[in-house]
Amino acid sequence: MKASSATLRGQIKSKSLIMSIEIPFVEIDNISFRHHNRVIYESLSASVPRGKITAIVGPSGTGKTTLLRLIGGQLRPESGDLRVDGVSVQSLKRGELFVLRRRMGMLFQSGALFAELSVFENVAFPLRVHTNLDDELIRIVVLMKLEAVGLRGAEYLMPSELSGGMKRRVALARAIALDPDVIMYDEPFVGQDPIGLGVLLSLVKQLNQALGLTSIVVSHDLQETLSIADHVIMVANSVVAFEGSPESMKASSDLLVQQFLNGRPDGPVRFHFPARPLSEALS
Amino acid sequence: MIDHFARIGRSTLTHISDLGRASLMLGQAIFGRSNVGVHWRLIIDQVYVVGVLSLSIIVVSGLFIGMVLGLQGFTILTNYGSEQALGQMVALSLTRELGPVVTALLFAGRAGSALTAEIGLMKATEQLASLEMIGVDPLRRVIAPRFWAGFWSLPILSLVFVSVGCLGGALVGVSWLGVDSGSFWANMQSSVDFYDDVCNGIIKSIVFAIVVTWIAVYQGYSLIPTSEGIALATTRTVVFSSLAVLGLDFFLTAVMFGDI
Repeated sequence: MKASSATLRGQIKSKSLIMSIEIPFVEIDNISFRHHNRVIYESLSASVPRGKITAIVGPSGTGKTTLLRLIGGQLRPESGDLRVDGVSVQSLKRGELFVLRRRMGMLFQSGALFAELSVFENVAFPLRVHTNLDDELIRIVVLMKLEAVGLRGAEYLMPSELSGGMKRRVALARAIALDPDVIMYDEPFVGQDPIGLGVLLSLVKQLNQALGLTSIVVSHDLQETLSIADHVIMVANSVVAFEGSPESMKASSDLLVQQFLNGRPDGPVRFHFPARPLSEALS
Repeated sequence: MIDHFARIGRSTLTHISDLGRASLMLGQAIFGRSNVGVHWRLIIDQVYVVGVLSLSIIVVSGLFIGMVLGLQGFTILTNYGSEQALGQMVALSLTRELGPVVTALLFAGRAGSALTAEIGLMKATEQLASLEMIGVDPLRRVIAPRFWAGFWSLPILSLVFVSVGCLGGALVGVSWLGVDSGSFWANMQSSVDFYDDVCNGIIKSIVFAIVVTWIAVYQGYSLIPTSEGIALATTRTVVFSSLAVLGLDFFLTAVMFGDI
Protein backbone atom coordinates (compact mmCIF):
# COMPACT_ATOMS: atom_id res chain seq x y z
CA MET A 1 0.00 0.00 0.00
CA LYS A 2 2.79 2.28 1.04
CA ALA A 3 4.71 1.39 -2.10
CA SER A 4 1.74 2.00 -4.39
CA SER A 5 0.98 5.43 -2.87
CA ALA A 6 4.64 6.36 -3.27
CA THR A 7 4.45 5.20 -6.90
CA LEU A 8 1.30 7.30 -7.39
CA ARG A 9 2.95 10.36 -5.85
CA GLY A 10 5.94 9.76 -8.11
CA GLN A 11 3.70 9.47 -11.17
CA ILE A 12 1.84 12.70 -10.29
CA LYS A 13 5.12 14.48 -9.66
CA SER A 14 6.67 13.37 -12.95
CA LYS A 15 3.44 14.15 -14.80
CA SER A 16 3.33 17.70 -13.41
CA LEU A 17 7.03 18.03 -14.13
CA ILE A 18 6.53 16.98 -17.73
CA MET A 19 3.58 19.39 -18.04
CA SER A 20 5.59 22.26 -16.56
CA ILE A 21 8.48 21.47 -18.91
CA GLU A 22 6.11 21.42 -21.87
CA ILE A 23 4.58 24.79 -21.07
CA PRO A 24 6.87 27.51 -22.44
CA PHE A 25 8.34 29.78 -19.79
CA VAL A 26 7.46 32.88 -21.81
CA GLU A 27 4.42 32.96 -24.09
CA ILE A 28 4.01 35.94 -26.37
CA ASP A 29 0.58 36.02 -27.91
CA ASN A 30 -0.26 38.53 -30.66
CA ILE A 31 1.32 41.54 -29.01
CA SER A 32 1.47 44.93 -30.68
CA PHE A 33 3.68 47.73 -29.49
CA ARG A 34 4.58 51.14 -30.82
CA HIS A 35 7.07 53.72 -29.65
CA HIS A 36 6.49 57.41 -30.51
CA ASN A 37 3.96 56.37 -33.17
CA ARG A 38 6.50 53.99 -34.76
CA VAL A 39 5.25 50.43 -35.01
CA ILE A 40 7.74 48.10 -33.33
CA TYR A 41 5.60 44.94 -33.18
CA GLU A 42 2.42 44.07 -35.01
CA SER A 43 0.65 40.95 -33.75
CA LEU A 44 3.91 39.27 -32.76
CA SER A 45 3.72 35.75 -31.33
CA ALA A 46 6.54 33.57 -30.05
CA SER A 47 7.44 31.36 -27.14
CA VAL A 48 10.52 30.77 -25.01
CA PRO A 49 10.89 27.12 -23.97
CA ARG A 50 11.57 26.35 -20.32
CA GLY A 51 15.10 25.41 -19.31
CA LYS A 52 16.58 26.17 -22.73
CA ILE A 53 18.75 28.90 -24.22
CA THR A 54 16.69 31.02 -26.60
CA ALA A 55 18.44 33.44 -28.92
CA ILE A 56 16.58 36.53 -30.12
CA VAL A 57 18.22 37.78 -33.29
CA GLY A 58 17.38 40.17 -36.06
CA PRO A 59 18.53 43.29 -37.90
CA SER A 60 19.37 46.42 -35.90
CA GLY A 61 16.46 48.54 -34.78
CA THR A 62 13.87 45.77 -34.93
CA GLY A 63 13.21 45.94 -31.19
CA LYS A 64 15.03 42.93 -29.76
CA THR A 65 15.91 44.75 -26.54
CA THR A 66 12.35 46.09 -26.50
CA LEU A 67 11.17 42.48 -26.41
CA LEU A 68 13.28 41.84 -23.30
CA ARG A 69 11.84 44.96 -21.68
CA LEU A 70 8.33 43.78 -22.51
CA ILE A 71 9.05 40.39 -20.92
CA GLY A 72 10.44 42.16 -17.84
CA GLY A 73 7.36 44.39 -17.66
CA GLN A 74 9.37 47.59 -18.07
CA LEU A 75 7.21 48.26 -21.12
CA ARG A 76 3.61 47.24 -21.68
CA PRO A 77 2.19 46.05 -25.02
CA GLU A 78 -0.71 47.97 -26.53
CA SER A 79 -2.58 44.75 -27.19
CA GLY A 80 -2.11 41.01 -26.95
CA ASP A 81 -0.97 38.89 -24.04
CA LEU A 82 2.52 38.24 -22.69
CA ARG A 83 2.78 35.53 -20.03
CA VAL A 84 5.81 34.70 -17.92
CA ASP A 85 5.46 31.30 -16.26
CA GLY A 86 1.71 31.53 -16.86
CA VAL A 87 1.40 35.02 -15.33
CA SER A 88 0.05 37.73 -17.61
CA VAL A 89 2.70 40.47 -17.20
CA GLN A 90 0.68 43.42 -18.46
CA SER A 91 -2.15 42.77 -16.00
CA LEU A 92 0.16 42.99 -12.96
CA LYS A 93 0.11 46.00 -10.66
CA ARG A 94 3.37 47.86 -9.98
CA GLY A 95 4.02 46.04 -6.69
CA GLU A 96 3.21 42.60 -8.19
CA LEU A 97 5.56 43.32 -11.07
CA PHE A 98 8.44 43.96 -8.67
CA VAL A 99 7.69 40.63 -6.98
CA LEU A 100 7.72 38.80 -10.35
CA ARG A 101 11.03 40.44 -11.26
CA ARG A 102 12.70 38.82 -8.27
CA ARG A 103 12.41 35.60 -10.28
CA MET A 104 14.14 37.22 -13.26
CA GLY A 105 17.74 38.21 -13.78
CA MET A 106 18.88 40.61 -16.44
CA LEU A 107 22.32 41.30 -17.78
CA PHE A 108 22.45 44.75 -19.34
CA GLN A 109 24.79 45.61 -22.19
CA SER A 110 26.78 48.04 -20.02
CA GLY A 111 26.63 45.78 -16.97
CA ALA A 112 24.70 48.54 -15.14
CA LEU A 113 26.67 48.02 -11.93
CA PHE A 114 26.00 50.49 -9.13
CA ALA A 115 28.94 52.86 -9.41
CA GLU A 116 29.20 53.71 -5.70
CA LEU A 117 29.25 50.04 -4.55
CA SER A 118 32.18 47.60 -4.67
CA VAL A 119 32.02 44.37 -6.65
CA PHE A 120 31.09 42.47 -3.47
CA GLU A 121 28.34 44.93 -2.52
CA ASN A 122 26.94 44.94 -6.05
CA VAL A 123 26.45 41.17 -5.93
CA ALA A 124 25.20 41.34 -2.33
CA PHE A 125 22.67 44.08 -3.17
CA PRO A 126 19.72 41.84 -4.22
CA LEU A 127 20.35 39.59 -1.19
CA ARG A 128 20.39 42.53 1.23
CA VAL A 129 17.21 43.99 -0.27
CA HIS A 130 15.13 40.83 -0.67
CA THR A 131 16.32 38.41 2.02
CA ASN A 132 16.90 38.43 5.76
CA LEU A 133 20.18 36.52 5.52
CA ASP A 134 22.85 37.54 8.03
CA ASP A 135 26.13 39.05 6.86
CA GLU A 136 28.06 35.78 7.16
CA LEU A 137 25.61 33.91 4.95
CA ILE A 138 25.49 36.76 2.44
CA ARG A 139 29.29 36.66 2.27
CA ILE A 140 29.23 32.93 1.49
CA VAL A 141 26.57 33.32 -1.24
CA VAL A 142 28.34 36.30 -2.82
CA LEU A 143 31.71 34.56 -2.90
CA MET A 144 30.11 31.48 -4.46
CA LYS A 145 28.49 33.59 -7.17
CA LEU A 146 31.73 35.46 -7.83
CA GLU A 147 33.58 32.13 -7.95
CA ALA A 148 31.10 30.94 -10.60
CA VAL A 149 32.05 33.86 -12.86
CA GLY A 150 35.75 33.65 -11.98
CA LEU A 151 35.97 36.98 -10.14
CA ARG A 152 36.20 36.02 -6.47
CA GLY A 153 39.56 37.77 -6.33
CA ALA A 154 38.00 41.05 -7.49
CA GLU A 155 35.53 41.38 -4.61
CA TYR A 156 37.07 44.61 -3.25
CA LEU A 157 37.42 46.39 -6.59
CA MET A 158 35.11 49.21 -7.63
CA PRO A 159 33.22 49.02 -10.97
CA SER A 160 35.42 51.82 -12.38
CA GLU A 161 38.45 49.53 -11.93
CA LEU A 162 36.98 46.72 -14.06
CA SER A 163 37.22 46.06 -17.79
CA GLY A 164 34.02 45.83 -19.85
CA GLY A 165 34.06 42.02 -19.81
CA MET A 166 34.67 41.89 -16.05
CA LYS A 167 31.79 44.30 -15.47
CA ARG A 168 29.48 41.96 -17.37
CA ARG A 169 30.68 38.98 -15.36
CA VAL A 170 30.05 40.83 -12.09
CA ALA A 171 26.64 41.85 -13.40
CA LEU A 172 26.03 38.19 -14.24
CA ALA A 173 26.95 37.18 -10.69
CA ARG A 174 24.50 39.81 -9.40
CA ALA A 175 21.80 38.62 -11.81
CA ILE A 176 22.05 35.05 -10.45
CA ALA A 177 22.37 36.11 -6.80
CA LEU A 178 18.73 35.31 -6.05
CA ASP A 179 18.76 32.10 -8.14
CA PRO A 180 16.24 33.37 -10.71
CA ASP A 181 14.12 31.17 -12.97
CA VAL A 182 15.01 33.12 -16.09
CA ILE A 183 17.96 35.23 -17.07
CA MET A 184 17.89 37.71 -19.93
CA TYR A 185 21.09 38.81 -21.65
CA ASP A 186 21.07 42.06 -23.63
CA GLU A 187 23.94 42.00 -26.14
CA PRO A 188 26.35 40.25 -23.76
CA PHE A 189 29.11 39.75 -26.33
CA VAL A 190 29.40 43.30 -27.72
CA GLY A 191 32.95 44.70 -27.73
CA GLN A 192 34.56 41.56 -26.29
CA ASP A 193 37.94 40.24 -27.33
CA PRO A 194 38.01 36.53 -28.35
CA ILE A 195 38.96 35.41 -24.83
CA GLY A 196 36.28 37.53 -23.14
CA LEU A 197 33.73 36.34 -25.68
CA GLY A 198 34.66 32.71 -25.07
CA VAL A 199 34.40 33.19 -21.30
CA LEU A 200 30.94 34.74 -21.55
CA LEU A 201 29.73 32.08 -24.01
CA SER A 202 30.79 29.25 -21.72
CA LEU A 203 29.32 31.04 -18.69
CA VAL A 204 25.93 31.41 -20.36
CA LYS A 205 25.97 27.73 -21.32
CA GLN A 206 27.28 26.46 -17.97
CA LEU A 207 24.89 28.56 -15.86
CA ASN A 208 21.97 27.42 -17.95
CA GLN A 209 22.84 23.78 -17.42
CA ALA A 210 24.04 23.96 -13.80
CA LEU A 211 21.20 26.11 -12.45
CA GLY A 212 18.46 24.79 -14.73
CA LEU A 213 17.71 28.32 -15.89
CA THR A 214 15.72 29.53 -18.83
CA SER A 215 18.04 31.85 -20.75
CA ILE A 216 17.13 34.50 -23.32
CA VAL A 217 20.03 35.99 -25.26
CA VAL A 218 19.67 39.05 -27.48
CA SER A 219 22.74 39.31 -29.65
CA HIS A 220 24.15 40.42 -32.98
CA ASP A 221 27.00 37.93 -32.74
CA LEU A 222 25.11 35.38 -34.76
CA GLN A 223 27.52 32.47 -35.08
CA GLU A 224 28.53 32.55 -31.41
CA THR A 225 24.96 32.87 -30.19
CA LEU A 226 23.68 30.08 -32.42
CA SER A 227 26.49 27.81 -31.18
CA ILE A 228 24.97 27.76 -27.67
CA ALA A 229 21.28 28.33 -28.47
CA ASP A 230 18.62 25.61 -28.37
CA HIS A 231 15.91 27.81 -29.85
CA VAL A 232 16.01 30.87 -32.11
CA ILE A 233 13.51 33.69 -32.58
CA MET A 234 14.31 36.02 -35.46
CA VAL A 235 12.51 39.34 -35.34
CA ALA A 236 12.20 41.51 -38.47
CA ASN A 237 9.66 43.91 -39.95
CA SER A 238 7.65 44.02 -36.68
CA VAL A 239 6.91 40.26 -36.68
CA VAL A 240 8.66 36.97 -36.02
CA ALA A 241 10.42 36.12 -39.29
CA PHE A 242 11.63 32.75 -38.05
CA GLU A 243 11.25 30.57 -34.97
CA GLY A 244 12.81 27.17 -34.47
CA SER A 245 16.09 25.38 -33.82
CA PRO A 246 19.45 26.80 -34.98
CA GLU A 247 19.77 23.88 -37.41
CA SER A 248 16.42 24.55 -39.05
CA MET A 249 17.31 28.25 -39.25
CA LYS A 250 20.49 27.44 -41.13
CA ALA A 251 18.53 25.14 -43.45
CA SER A 252 15.77 27.70 -44.05
CA SER A 253 15.23 28.89 -47.61
CA ASP A 254 13.59 32.13 -46.48
CA LEU A 255 15.33 35.03 -48.24
CA LEU A 256 15.32 37.24 -45.16
CA VAL A 257 16.80 34.50 -42.98
CA GLN A 258 19.46 33.77 -45.58
CA GLN A 259 20.33 37.47 -46.00
CA PHE A 260 20.74 37.77 -42.25
CA LEU A 261 22.73 34.56 -41.84
CA ASN A 262 25.08 35.36 -44.70
CA GLY A 263 25.35 39.06 -43.96
CA ARG A 264 24.32 40.19 -47.44
CA PRO A 265 24.06 43.99 -47.68
CA ASP A 266 20.96 43.97 -49.86
CA GLY A 267 17.88 41.78 -49.98
CA PRO A 268 14.53 41.85 -48.19
CA VAL A 269 16.25 44.26 -45.76
CA ARG A 270 17.19 47.08 -48.13
CA PHE A 271 20.65 48.68 -48.19
CA HIS A 272 19.18 52.08 -49.11
CA PHE A 273 16.92 54.00 -46.80
CA PRO A 274 13.69 54.73 -48.71
CA ALA A 275 14.26 57.81 -50.91
CA ARG A 276 13.43 59.39 -54.27
CA PRO A 277 15.49 58.09 -57.23
CA LEU A 278 19.02 59.56 -57.25
CA SER A 279 18.59 61.11 -60.72
CA GLU A 280 15.48 62.90 -59.51
CA ALA A 281 17.23 64.10 -56.34
CA LEU A 282 20.22 65.44 -58.29
CA SER A 283 18.19 67.22 -60.99
CA MET B 1 -2.16 80.67 -38.42
CA ILE B 2 -3.86 77.37 -37.63
CA ASP B 3 -0.43 75.75 -37.39
CA HIS B 4 0.59 78.39 -34.86
CA PHE B 5 -2.44 77.62 -32.67
CA ALA B 6 -1.81 73.89 -33.07
CA ARG B 7 1.76 74.35 -31.86
CA ILE B 8 0.60 76.33 -28.82
CA GLY B 9 -2.01 73.67 -28.08
CA ARG B 10 0.50 70.85 -28.43
CA SER B 11 2.99 72.64 -26.20
CA THR B 12 0.30 73.30 -23.56
CA LEU B 13 -0.78 69.66 -23.62
CA THR B 14 2.86 68.54 -23.29
CA HIS B 15 3.36 70.77 -20.27
CA ILE B 16 0.15 69.57 -18.64
CA SER B 17 1.05 65.92 -19.21
CA ASP B 18 4.58 66.64 -17.87
CA LEU B 19 3.05 68.13 -14.74
CA GLY B 20 0.81 65.06 -14.40
CA ARG B 21 3.78 62.69 -14.82
CA ALA B 22 5.84 64.68 -12.30
CA SER B 23 2.96 64.56 -9.79
CA LEU B 24 2.52 60.81 -10.28
CA MET B 25 6.25 60.26 -9.85
CA LEU B 26 6.33 62.27 -6.62
CA GLY B 27 3.18 60.58 -5.32
CA GLN B 28 4.55 57.09 -5.98
CA ALA B 29 7.92 58.04 -4.52
CA ILE B 30 6.72 59.45 -1.23
CA PHE B 31 3.49 57.55 -0.57
CA GLY B 32 4.48 54.03 -1.68
CA ARG B 33 5.39 51.16 0.64
CA SER B 34 8.96 51.13 1.95
CA ASN B 35 11.30 49.57 4.42
CA VAL B 36 11.41 52.40 6.98
CA GLY B 37 14.81 51.48 8.46
CA VAL B 38 16.53 51.32 5.09
CA HIS B 39 14.70 54.42 3.94
CA TRP B 40 15.97 56.56 6.84
CA ARG B 41 19.56 55.48 6.24
CA LEU B 42 19.28 56.48 2.58
CA ILE B 43 17.75 59.85 3.55
CA ILE B 44 20.58 60.56 6.00
CA ASP B 45 23.15 59.72 3.30
CA GLN B 46 21.46 62.15 0.95
CA VAL B 47 21.14 64.88 3.61
CA TYR B 48 24.93 64.74 3.78
CA VAL B 49 25.24 65.01 -0.02
CA VAL B 50 22.71 67.78 -0.68
CA GLY B 51 22.77 69.52 2.70
CA VAL B 52 26.12 69.23 4.44
CA LEU B 53 28.11 69.57 1.22
CA SER B 54 26.16 72.76 0.37
CA LEU B 55 27.07 74.36 3.71
CA SER B 56 30.26 76.05 2.54
CA ILE B 57 28.63 77.95 -0.33
CA ILE B 58 25.70 78.91 1.92
CA VAL B 59 27.95 80.18 4.74
CA VAL B 60 30.22 82.17 2.43
CA SER B 61 27.28 83.66 0.49
CA GLY B 62 25.39 84.47 3.70
CA LEU B 63 28.40 86.21 5.15
CA PHE B 64 29.00 88.40 2.10
CA ILE B 65 25.32 89.24 1.59
CA GLY B 66 25.05 90.22 5.27
CA MET B 67 28.16 92.41 4.90
CA VAL B 68 26.82 94.08 1.76
CA LEU B 69 23.48 94.69 3.51
CA GLY B 70 25.34 96.26 6.43
CA LEU B 71 27.31 98.52 4.13
CA GLN B 72 24.40 99.58 1.91
CA GLY B 73 22.00 99.92 4.84
CA PHE B 74 24.43 102.08 6.78
CA THR B 75 24.91 104.43 3.81
CA ILE B 76 21.15 104.90 3.35
CA LEU B 77 20.18 105.02 7.02
CA THR B 78 22.88 107.58 7.80
CA ASN B 79 21.07 110.03 5.48
CA TYR B 80 18.12 109.88 7.86
CA GLY B 81 20.21 109.74 11.01
CA SER B 82 18.88 106.32 11.91
CA GLU B 83 21.94 104.11 11.55
CA GLN B 84 21.06 102.44 14.85
CA ALA B 85 18.19 100.73 12.97
CA LEU B 86 20.79 98.87 10.89
CA GLY B 87 20.32 95.62 12.85
CA GLN B 88 16.57 95.72 12.22
CA MET B 89 17.07 96.31 8.49
CA VAL B 90 19.62 93.52 8.08
CA ALA B 91 17.62 90.99 10.09
CA LEU B 92 14.26 91.66 8.45
CA SER B 93 15.74 91.63 4.95
CA LEU B 94 17.40 88.32 5.64
CA THR B 95 14.62 86.48 7.50
CA ARG B 96 11.78 87.61 5.26
CA GLU B 97 13.38 87.63 1.81
CA LEU B 98 17.02 87.12 1.16
CA GLY B 99 17.49 84.11 3.41
CA PRO B 100 14.85 81.84 1.87
CA VAL B 101 15.19 83.15 -1.70
CA VAL B 102 18.98 83.28 -2.08
CA THR B 103 19.42 79.96 -0.26
CA ALA B 104 16.88 78.35 -2.60
CA LEU B 105 18.63 79.81 -5.67
CA LEU B 106 22.02 78.62 -4.45
CA PHE B 107 20.55 75.24 -3.53
CA ALA B 108 19.08 74.90 -7.04
CA GLY B 109 22.48 75.67 -8.57
CA ARG B 110 24.57 73.53 -6.23
CA ALA B 111 22.43 70.60 -5.10
CA GLY B 112 19.51 70.64 -7.60
CA SER B 113 21.75 70.42 -10.65
CA ALA B 114 23.84 67.70 -8.96
CA LEU B 115 20.69 65.67 -8.19
CA THR B 116 19.51 65.91 -11.80
CA ALA B 117 22.91 64.95 -13.17
CA GLU B 118 23.31 62.03 -10.76
CA ILE B 119 19.86 60.56 -11.42
CA GLY B 120 20.31 61.20 -15.16
CA LEU B 121 23.63 59.40 -15.19
CA MET B 122 22.08 56.48 -13.31
CA LYS B 123 19.42 56.35 -16.03
CA ALA B 124 21.95 56.62 -18.86
CA THR B 125 24.07 53.80 -17.42
CA GLU B 126 20.95 51.61 -16.98
CA GLN B 127 21.30 51.58 -13.18
CA LEU B 128 17.65 52.59 -12.74
CA ALA B 129 16.52 49.87 -15.17
CA SER B 130 18.79 47.45 -13.34
CA LEU B 131 17.15 48.33 -10.01
CA GLU B 132 13.73 47.67 -11.55
CA MET B 133 14.84 44.28 -12.82
CA ILE B 134 16.25 43.38 -9.40
CA GLY B 135 12.75 44.03 -8.07
CA VAL B 136 13.54 47.34 -6.37
CA ASP B 137 11.39 50.37 -7.13
CA PRO B 138 13.77 53.21 -8.14
CA LEU B 139 11.16 55.76 -7.12
CA ARG B 140 11.37 54.48 -3.55
CA ARG B 141 15.07 53.74 -3.53
CA VAL B 142 16.50 56.68 -5.52
CA ILE B 143 13.91 59.45 -5.84
CA ALA B 144 12.22 59.45 -2.41
CA PRO B 145 15.41 59.73 -0.28
CA ARG B 146 16.69 62.59 -2.43
CA PHE B 147 13.37 64.39 -2.25
CA TRP B 148 13.15 64.12 1.55
CA ALA B 149 16.80 65.13 1.93
CA GLY B 150 16.10 68.34 -0.01
CA PHE B 151 12.90 68.90 1.95
CA TRP B 152 14.76 68.81 5.29
CA SER B 153 18.03 70.42 4.21
CA LEU B 154 16.89 73.61 2.51
CA PRO B 155 15.03 75.18 5.49
CA ILE B 156 18.01 74.38 7.75
CA LEU B 157 20.44 75.86 5.22
CA SER B 158 18.21 78.92 5.04
CA LEU B 159 18.41 79.39 8.83
CA VAL B 160 22.20 79.04 8.65
CA PHE B 161 22.27 81.63 5.85
CA VAL B 162 20.21 84.11 7.90
CA SER B 163 22.33 83.61 11.04
CA VAL B 164 25.62 84.03 9.20
CA GLY B 165 24.18 87.02 7.28
CA CYS B 166 23.29 88.75 10.57
CA LEU B 167 26.85 88.18 11.78
CA GLY B 168 28.17 89.61 8.49
CA GLY B 169 25.94 92.69 8.92
CA ALA B 170 27.24 93.13 12.48
CA LEU B 171 30.83 92.69 11.35
CA VAL B 172 30.54 95.57 8.88
CA GLY B 173 28.04 97.76 10.78
CA VAL B 174 29.42 97.42 14.31
CA SER B 175 33.07 96.46 13.96
CA TRP B 176 33.90 98.51 10.87
CA LEU B 177 31.44 101.40 10.56
CA GLY B 178 31.03 102.00 14.29
CA VAL B 179 27.28 101.47 14.83
CA ASP B 180 26.60 100.99 18.54
CA SER B 181 26.62 97.26 19.31
CA GLY B 182 23.80 97.50 21.86
CA SER B 183 21.55 99.43 19.44
CA PHE B 184 22.32 97.01 16.60
CA TRP B 185 21.40 93.84 18.50
CA ALA B 186 18.60 95.35 20.63
CA ASN B 187 16.87 96.80 17.55
CA MET B 188 17.19 93.47 15.83
CA GLN B 189 15.77 91.59 18.80
CA SER B 190 12.82 93.93 19.29
CA SER B 191 11.81 94.22 15.65
CA VAL B 192 12.01 90.62 14.50
CA ASP B 193 8.84 88.72 15.37
CA PHE B 194 9.24 84.96 15.69
CA TYR B 195 5.91 84.06 14.09
CA ASP B 196 5.55 86.85 11.51
CA ASP B 197 9.13 86.93 10.33
CA VAL B 198 11.06 83.78 11.28
CA CYS B 199 8.19 81.31 10.82
CA ASN B 200 7.04 82.91 7.56
CA GLY B 201 10.63 82.72 6.32
CA ILE B 202 10.76 79.03 7.23
CA ILE B 203 7.43 78.40 5.49
CA LYS B 204 8.83 80.05 2.35
CA SER B 205 11.90 77.83 2.60
CA ILE B 206 9.79 74.69 2.93
CA VAL B 207 7.77 75.63 -0.16
CA PHE B 208 10.96 76.37 -2.11
CA ALA B 209 12.49 73.09 -0.88
CA ILE B 210 9.53 71.08 -2.21
CA VAL B 211 9.51 72.86 -5.57
CA VAL B 212 13.27 72.91 -6.21
CA THR B 213 13.85 69.27 -5.20
CA TRP B 214 10.78 68.11 -7.08
CA ILE B 215 11.97 69.84 -10.26
CA ALA B 216 15.50 68.43 -9.82
CA VAL B 217 14.49 64.79 -9.31
CA TYR B 218 11.84 64.87 -12.04
CA GLN B 219 14.22 66.38 -14.57
CA GLY B 220 16.76 63.67 -13.75
CA TYR B 221 14.23 60.85 -13.84
CA SER B 222 12.57 61.87 -17.11
CA LEU B 223 15.54 63.04 -19.16
CA ILE B 224 16.64 61.53 -22.46
CA PRO B 225 19.56 59.29 -21.38
CA THR B 226 22.32 60.83 -23.49
CA SER B 227 25.09 63.29 -22.62
CA GLU B 228 23.15 66.05 -24.37
CA GLY B 229 19.97 65.03 -22.52
CA ILE B 230 21.75 65.25 -19.16
CA ALA B 231 23.19 68.68 -19.99
CA LEU B 232 19.78 69.99 -21.07
CA ALA B 233 18.02 68.58 -18.00
CA THR B 234 20.60 70.08 -15.63
CA THR B 235 20.16 73.49 -17.24
CA ARG B 236 16.37 73.13 -17.08
CA THR B 237 16.59 72.31 -13.38
CA VAL B 238 18.45 75.54 -12.59
CA VAL B 239 16.30 77.73 -14.88
CA PHE B 240 12.91 76.29 -13.88
CA SER B 241 13.83 76.22 -10.17
CA SER B 242 15.05 79.82 -10.19
CA LEU B 243 11.95 81.07 -11.99
CA ALA B 244 9.67 79.05 -9.72
CA VAL B 245 11.40 80.37 -6.59
CA LEU B 246 11.18 84.01 -7.70
CA GLY B 247 7.56 83.68 -8.84
CA LEU B 248 6.47 81.83 -5.71
CA ASP B 249 8.34 84.33 -3.56
CA PHE B 250 6.22 87.16 -4.91
CA PHE B 251 3.03 85.16 -4.31
CA LEU B 252 4.03 84.11 -0.78
CA THR B 253 5.21 87.61 0.14
CA ALA B 254 1.91 89.04 -1.05
CA VAL B 255 0.00 86.53 1.10
CA MET B 256 2.24 86.79 4.18
CA PHE B 257 3.19 90.44 4.30
CA GLY B 258 0.99 92.19 1.75
CA ASP B 259 -2.26 92.13 3.77
CA ILE B 260 -4.24 90.57 0.94
